[in-house]
Amino acid sequence: MTPRLRRGVRLTYDRTRQTHVLLFPEGVLVTNPTAAAVLELCDGERTVPDIVAALGTRYAGVREADVDDVLARLVDRQVVEWT
Amino acid sequence: MDSPLGLLAELTYRCPLGCAYCSNPLNLADYQDELNTEQWRRVLAEASDLGVLQCHLSGGEPLLRRDLVEIVADANDLGLYTNLVTSALGLSRSRAEQLRTAGLDHVQISIQSDEPAGSDRIAGTPSFQRKVEAMGVVKELGWPLTVNVVLHRHNIDRVAGVLELAESVGADRVELANTQYYGWAWRNRAALLPSRAQLETAEVVVRAARERLRNRMDIIYVVSDYYGRYPKPCMGGWASRQLTVTPNGDVLPCPAAQPLPLPRASVRVDSLERIWADSPVMTAFRGTDWMPEPCRSCRRREVDFGGCRCQAFQLTGDAARTDPACHLSPDHELVVRAVEAANSGSTGGDRPMSPRPHRVR
Repeated sequence: MTPRLRRGVRLTYDRTRQTHVLLFPEGVLVTNPTAAAVLELCDGERTVPDIVAALGTRYAGVREADVDDVLARLVDRQVVEWT
Repeated sequence: MDSPLGLLAELTYRCPLGCAYCSNPLNLADYQDELNTEQWRRVLAEASDLGVLQCHLSGGEPLLRRDLVEIVADANDLGLYTNLVTSALGLSRSRAEQLRTAGLDHVQISIQSDEPAGSDRIAGTPSFQRKVEAMGVVKELGWPLTVNVVLHRHNIDRVAGVLELAESVGADRVELANTQYYGWAWRNRAALLPSRAQLETAEVVVRAARERLRNRMDIIYVVSDYYGRYPKPCMGGWASRQLTVTPNGDVLPCPAAQPLPLPRASVRVDSLERIWADSPVMTAFRGTDWMPEPCRSCRRREVDFGGCRCQAFQLTGDAARTDPACHLSPDHELVVRAVEAANSGSTGGDRPMSPRPHRVR
């Protein structure tokens, strides 16, 4: 199972508000830096352990349970899906 | 003051359909002098600088603009998320492919009912078949598809069929929006406002479909504020998150605000930034200071923002009054009477509507 952005969802950096945002049909979701870091790795190819490993090269103390939590919230908001 | 998130770019009010529920202004002749490509390019750039992230290309029928592909490409170059709001008439495969290449992100196609005769009757022109075909093209080219249906007395009983149609074409979202009574639709209110029984039946169908299609198709249901206890929240607050540019370059907080007695603001004479910050059309009802009672002391004042200014104006002649859709409004009787009329006598789609006469140039 690999997570990816749902069709029509785009992650971008909003220079006016200086934050990452998810854009999708008729909506905008402001993402915190942790969620943005996870989202950048949701390419439909990386598994959760791959994502944890990739984040581990940039940040200390990344736990799989935390990544799972972030992804669960994003799936709930219907911006990420499992393939 | 926040930066706006969304720009509704009304490229033209020309339209091949003649829907009785059209909420565009009555005085279409005033909008014939449309902004040109270069002017839209500037509007998009200024919108992006102002913080706009999403651009809804609408109308009228935006496909009637020969420069639509260029406008989409410009918006895409600026990093805007682009959404085409269309009847799908004119969305040939080759046009669709050009729009895809230009970076269009999402397509929303309207349909008027779930079967050809009813849909064509409401649209005022044979269009059902072409719409369904265009929906197929949208999916084939890999876009997310939203199917939009404006609900009213003449089609709300078909909501189960509408949902089936949306499912069968593979829609990612379906938007079922009860008619809002502005512009041309206002004239047809008595013919369009459904009965309470119609609404209740439709809402049961929608709830069941939501449950059944969870994670497969989002179902957005826009309630009829005439039947609500509280008004709809005005665009998330007047001039708070969205702005509209009309075909002739006027700037408004929302597309229904055209008749309000406020000085015009136009991109032809001023920058979007100055208009957003300082023009009376934006500042008149921004925030909560303008509010009368009962809004001023209401715990919901920042939930629904006093409701719709345009509806307050439409119904009472004063845009600064509480939206009469709110049961706390001193003018609520105006809405109650319309609802009573919709529930007396005959029911269903037997009240004649006047289709909107459109001339396509």
